[in-house]
Amino acid sequence: MDAALFYLFAAISVICSLGVVGQRNPMHSVMLLIGSFISLAGLYVGLDSPFVAVTQIIVYTGAIMVLFLFVVMLLNAPREDLAPGGQVPIPRNLKVVGGLLSLSMAGMLVWALSRLAPTPFVEDPQAAARVESVREIGLVLFRDHAFAFEVTSILILVAMVGAIVLAKKTV
Amino acid sequence: MITLNHYLLLSALLFSIGTAGIFLRRNLITLLLSVEIMLNAVNLTFVAVGRFNGSVEGQIITFFVMTVAAAEAAVGLAIIIALFRHRETLTPDAFTSLKW
Amino acid sequence: MPTIDPVLIFQISLIGVVFLTLQISAAVLVYFERKIAGWAQDRVGPNRVGPLGLLQPLADIVKLIFKEELRPKAADAWLFYLAPILSATTAFAAFAVIPFGPPTTLFGLLDRPVPLQVADVNVALLVIFAITSMGIYGIVLAGWASNSKYALLGGLRSSAQMISYELSYGMALASVLVIANTLSLRELVDQQAGVWWVFGAIPIPKWNVFLTPVGFFIYFVAGIAETNRAPFDFPEAEQELVAGYHTEYSSMSFALFFLAEYVNMVTVSAVAISLFLGGFYMPFLPDSFGLLWFLLKLAVLLFIYIWMRWTLPRYRYDQLMDFGWKRLLPLAILNVLATAAGVLYWG
Repeated sequence: MDAALFYLFAAISVICSLGVVGQRNPMHSVMLLIGSFISLAGLYVGLDSPFVAVTQIIVYTGAIMVLFLFVVMLLNAPREDLAPGGQVPIPRNLKVVGGLLSLSMAGMLVWALSRLAPTPFVEDPQAAARVESVREIGLVLFRDHAFAFEVTSILILVAMVGAIVLAKKTV
Repeated sequence: MITLNHYLLLSALLFSIGTAGIFLRRNLITLLLSVEIMLNAVNLTFVAVGRFNGSVEGQIITFFVMTVAAAEAAVGLAIIIALFRHRETLTPDAFTSLKW
Repeated sequence: MPTIDPVLIFQISLIGVVFLTLQISAAVLVYFERKIAGWAQDRVGPNRVGPLGLLQPLADIVKLIFKEELRPKAADAWLFYLAPILSATTAFAAFAVIPFGPPTTLFGLLDRPVPLQVADVNVALLVIFAITSMGIYGIVLAGWASNSKYALLGGLRSSAQMISYELSYGMALASVLVIANTLSLRELVDQQAGVWWVFGAIPIPKWNVFLTPVGFFIYFVAGIAETNRAPFDFPEAEQELVAGYHTEYSSMSFALFFLAEYVNMVTVSAVAISLFLGGFYMPFLPDSFGLLWFLLKLAVLLFIYIWMRWTLPRYRYDQLMDFGWKRLLPLAILNVLATAAGVLYWG
């Protein structure tokens, strides 16, 4: 059952990600990426991390992707092949080189990982409960990583101000 | 039986798809989306390894990655809007000059 | 042949029962909406189809099924059909984590009591928030994919509205979270069982609404805005936008939007009941009457919803944004702070 769900979600996320990269309509890319993110959330549930799964949906699909969707809508979704002023297609050899580079990257990673001995998850209900517990996450986050947490809030603030300044009509 | 290797492999695949997007696409928005795919691939690794070690640290770093991703998306999209106002295009090749 | 656990069968059938009940409740709500509208406007309301017009929703459905499915030529086919599906899915999905009755053995048929809840998730409160935040996609996509200016304006308006009010909505959830100290809806509801004190002959139940009345108010207002109901029904402000984001939809894809709106109402009310109004618990009667109480509370809240729609005029768009960002959100943040201070002080 777990294995079936893993393969299902893994397949969805890979196919959706391929779709994001593989087709030209940015609007469809955004929607496919949302599909990929939701299946990743499913994988997180399988990893006994429902809190991350839900945060993934709230932050990524509920906030970040809405932002993308808005920008695509605002710019009226210029497709790559419909760019005004004539689109210069990528030279074929560049495309081949890029494809080879990313393929070799995938091959390298897969090769390295396939040399790893299989490391099954230990069936330890106590550890699973600890990973699953939102209370534990909160305690560790606010006790051990309080400084990083506060810095993140400043980062968000800076990003917000920066985004408004950059996107304003008259700079 | 699903092992940690499965998750790492999946994460590697997603990361490669993200890099492929960076290499092959000519649309600033799709480039940003590819970066999001890569960030998510890394997140998956963090959560899987965290679960493997039986600690919540993996999940916590995921939150930090998410906040950084949110900040990056906000600033990145703002830059894209500003660029689009100047050139009416989203092709990165249109923005190669250092000043205009 | 392996024996199948009857509890499992019960739980699986529960999914189907909840799904069907939500659909039927939408039809019932349509009827009551029109009847109450009639009373509010000193009319009779539907009274032609069946006794008292009771078969009116059925007639509506038949009409919608037999209409022609239209799609604008310039519309994005994929997203055009994805939008209503997304809308309806998110509306239904949120109900999965709501406990709507005490554990039951189904009059002794099952060997152990099974809670009346489709899925008992330990982060249920966040699941609801996550699914609500997904609801926006159906509307944005409908607005964009229709390739029509009314639909686009309606979609943009409603997404801006939903994003603005989602913050207050989340803050209202946070105030309950601070009190309850748990994210599980079942635990949250169980905490609200019992009575604080008896005031004369009236027992004051242990509901969260008495602990954070402001939180309840914020939740309800934000909930109305989230479901795009009057007085916040901008996405479909008829006088300005024809029909907002679903201008270009007809037949069953329109019916899906319609269904989503009513199911959303039910879900938001059910969440309000679980969070603030003691879920299926009620003084006076034994807990086994839980389901009945839940339905009764649901009916009251839904009546208020419909009542408001036909009583209050629509806000102006800038007023709505003003209210959301400058009044409701600060109030919600203050409320969370005050609740946290109260919890610290009284423990």
